[in-house]
Amino acid sequence: MANASNTKRMSMIVTKGTLDWAYPPFILATTAAAMGLEVSMFFTFYGLTLLKKKLDLKISTLGNPAMEMPMFGMHMGMPNLVSAIPGVDAAATAMMKNLIKKKGVASIEELRATALESDVQMIACQMTMDLFEYTKDDMIEGPILGGAATYIENATKCDINLFI
Amino acid sequence: MADQLLDAKGLNCPLPILRAKKALKDVAVGGTLEVLATDPGAVKDFEAFCRATGNELLSSKEDGKVFSFVIKRTG
Repeated sequence: MANASNTKRMSMIVTKGTLDWAYPPFILATTAAAMGLEVSMFFTFYGLTLLKKKLDLKISTLGNPAMEMPMFGMHMGMPNLVSAIPGVDAAATAMMKNLIKKKGVASIEELRATALESDVQMIACQMTMDLFEYTKDDMIEGPILGGAATYIENATKCDINLFI
Repeated sequence: MADQLLDAKGLNCPLPILRAKKALKDVAVGGTLEVLATDPGAVKDFEAFCRATGNELLSSKEDGKVFSFVIKRTG
């Protein structure tokens, strides 16, 4: 038993801040909280942007060689090379947002609000705040500031620890 | 007939579960909530959700493209 009470716990390190990568941590956090787990998310490096007041998330075809978009009744590959063409990433983002709406997938804003309502603990990495020159004013209300030791101590008490 | 009805049709994972969790708060202990959903993944997910939360899944049915789950709030 990882902790004294019967409550299961989950921790996550969130390192990525593009629209597609924002989904797994927020989906898992909100679902785990709904299932009665105590959840804690540690936002570091590009993941920290997910705590900004105004989210303007985009996807990039670069580094996503397996990305395919349903188009004209087929799936169109998005080779890395096309991301160098101006407007391609913006178009891919618009396409993704359109699909999200059409398929009844939650917005990141909604999932984040649900996570906060469900008492998911959010920790903003202090070092990343300094590194990228963010202030607490840039961020939503709720997250506390912390560092690696804060995460590690919490992780030792968790049943599930994920790095995303 | 369940005490409360939640229409989660057209919503995708994990929204049916999140909405059900919220709706269960307004159901009295011992009362029931019926959830309608079109997400086929919800079948397995509601089984897991009920096992994890201790709520009882009284029924899980499929009628055409609509799934219906009746959950009894136990605590």
